[in-house]
Amino acid sequence: MEIDTGSPLGEVYLDSLLAAQLRAAGWLLMLLVIGVGSLPILFFVVPDLVEVTLLGAPLPWLVLGVAVYPFLLALGWGFIRRVEGNERAFVDLMGRDGSRSR
Amino acid sequence: MTLEALPGVVAVCAVAVATLVIGSWGLRLSRTTSDFFVASRTVHPRLNASAIGGEYLSAASFLGVAGLLLTFGADMLWYPIGWTAGYVVLLALVAAPLRRSGAYTLPDFAEARLGSRGVRALCSLLVVAIAWLYLIPQFQGAGLTLRSAVGAPAWVGPVVVALVVLVNVGSGGMRSITLVQAFQYWLKLTALLIPAAVLLAVWVGQGTPAADVGAADLTEWSRPLADDCGRGLYLTYSLIIATFLGTMGLPHVVVRFYTNPDGAAARRTTMTVLGLLGIFYVIPPVYGALGRVYAGELSRSGRSDALVLELPRLMLDGPLGDALTGLVTAGAFAAFLSTSSGLSIAVAGVLGQDVFERGLLDRVVGPRLRGVAAFRAGCVVAVVVPLIVALALPDLGVARAVGLAFAVAASTFCPLLVLGIWWRRLTDVGAMCGLVVGFAGSGSAVVWAMLSRPTSGWALLMEQPAAWSVPLAFLAMVLGSRLTAHRVPVHTRRFLARLHAPEAIGLDRSSR
Repeated sequence: MEIDTGSPLGEVYLDSLLAAQLRAAGWLLMLLVIGVGSLPILFFVVPDLVEVTLLGAPLPWLVLGVAVYPFLLALGWGFIRRVEGNERAFVDLMGRDGSRSR
Repeated sequence: MTLEALPGVVAVCAVAVATLVIGSWGLRLSRTTSDFFVASRTVHPRLNASAIGGEYLSAASFLGVAGLLLTFGADMLWYPIGWTAGYVVLLALVAAPLRRSGAYTLPDFAEARLGSRGVRALCSLLVVAIAWLYLIPQFQGAGLTLRSAVGAPAWVGPVVVALVVLVNVGSGGMRSITLVQAFQYWLKLTALLIPAAVLLAVWVGQGTPAADVGAADLTEWSRPLADDCGRGLYLTYSLIIATFLGTMGLPHVVVRFYTNPDGAAARRTTMTVLGLLGIFYVIPPVYGALGRVYAGELSRSGRSDALVLELPRLMLDGPLGDALTGLVTAGAFAAFLSTSSGLSIAVAGVLGQDVFERGLLDRVVGPRLRGVAAFRAGCVVAVVVPLIVALALPDLGVARAVGLAFAVAASTFCPLLVLGIWWRRLTDVGAMCGLVVGFAGSGSAVVWAMLSRPTSGWALLMEQPAAWSVPLAFLAMVLGSRLTAHRVPVHTRRFLARLHAPEAIGLDRSSR
């Protein structure tokens, strides 16, 4: 069965789903750039961060070697929750109006 | 053969036998062409994620990262970060839509999206180029491993890996290889984690001796971007762009996403991969740091890629050192096998479909081959060509060569996938422009890297090209599409609906 690409309503719903998913992706990428992509500049501008040690290891090693990974995982988890929510909303909409097209 | 070589020989044989046994077990399940290419799309996210992890953690991750950390220090942590974060970008932009596109391979996707045989052919060429660029260092790393662990001549490793891959991939295709790859992830994790834990305990037991270098040098080693002004910054950001955006364009990664049952499963798979990679990549810094204390000589003599393999014996005598050496050798060998298998499948699929089935070689090899036979013929070519190149070319350094493969993927398939999935106005001509520009830019850097040594000045731009070649490729693709706006395929809207609408809507998902 086709989503009614011919029906104006189907197109509107689809456009809004696409926009919502793109926004979610944009948020994820922005957080990735802010949280991880800024680190090289940070360590470049404040080189003395290396003097800071935590549990006997220099801060750069702890941040770049360990802390980054849980952060990435958390980003991915939040993103999946959001886009699946968007998809559920879309399916509900189509189910309500689209019963004739199924 | 000396007694010293025994653990290495046992380890390599055990991994090779286990790979073949698990592969042949999967073989009984593998019957149709769909089984061969995408395991009939029935792979559970957890198994699939282990398989992606197994395939993705190559010699560069297992050996290269620790060696780079030993020699160059904390800057090099950006390699594993980039290799992991690439999956975050993939999750954001590509994972679910790519699965929902219903295509088998990247060339399939390009043809379905743009309706152009020309773009398809170019994509096939790129898949082969990227996969071979990635395969060559795997083969060379295998030579290094067997030389270091067993004392074998440098050609033995590549030949053994090529043979095992040929038998396994050629006989079972995707379904059997999925089990093998999943097994090899856990093998690699164990083989890196246990020796690291034991060696850490030894280091603590010896009263945590410091590195045999001055404290000032140690601080420099820990400081990211310690070297002169903008140079390190440019290289780091270029590496970040290459790895963050290149992961989605690696043929052996992408082909795995088609084996998921649906788009939601593709996302869960990606998520699990993030976790598996994070666990793995915490370990190589341990080797790098211990290497500063016990294996400074390796770095000075330019053999840092062997750090993981030789550290156990440098720190421990007797049977325990031998056992740990056997374990890391097994892990390294698994890394070559799994990555080479995944890449060979990707290339064999493309060659099978586009070269042998379409009859491009009719005059050369007689009647055209079909389905599984074409896949097998593709597999032989996919393995033998890079094997010969690996034996003929000098060693580039595992991580550097793999880094360049990422740069090529980021400059070609990343724009194609991102614009193809999210931008309605992409045209076949635009796609072609972007692919050509991206490939020319990043490809020239690859050639340059093979011909010359790292230097300074403007040559820096060639050392890690992604920072300029990726934006150029995007620009060319967008401009080319704008100038040929009348060529936007008529089915674009319907195709995008298929990519983004959840399966529950019940669209027609047959390919094309």
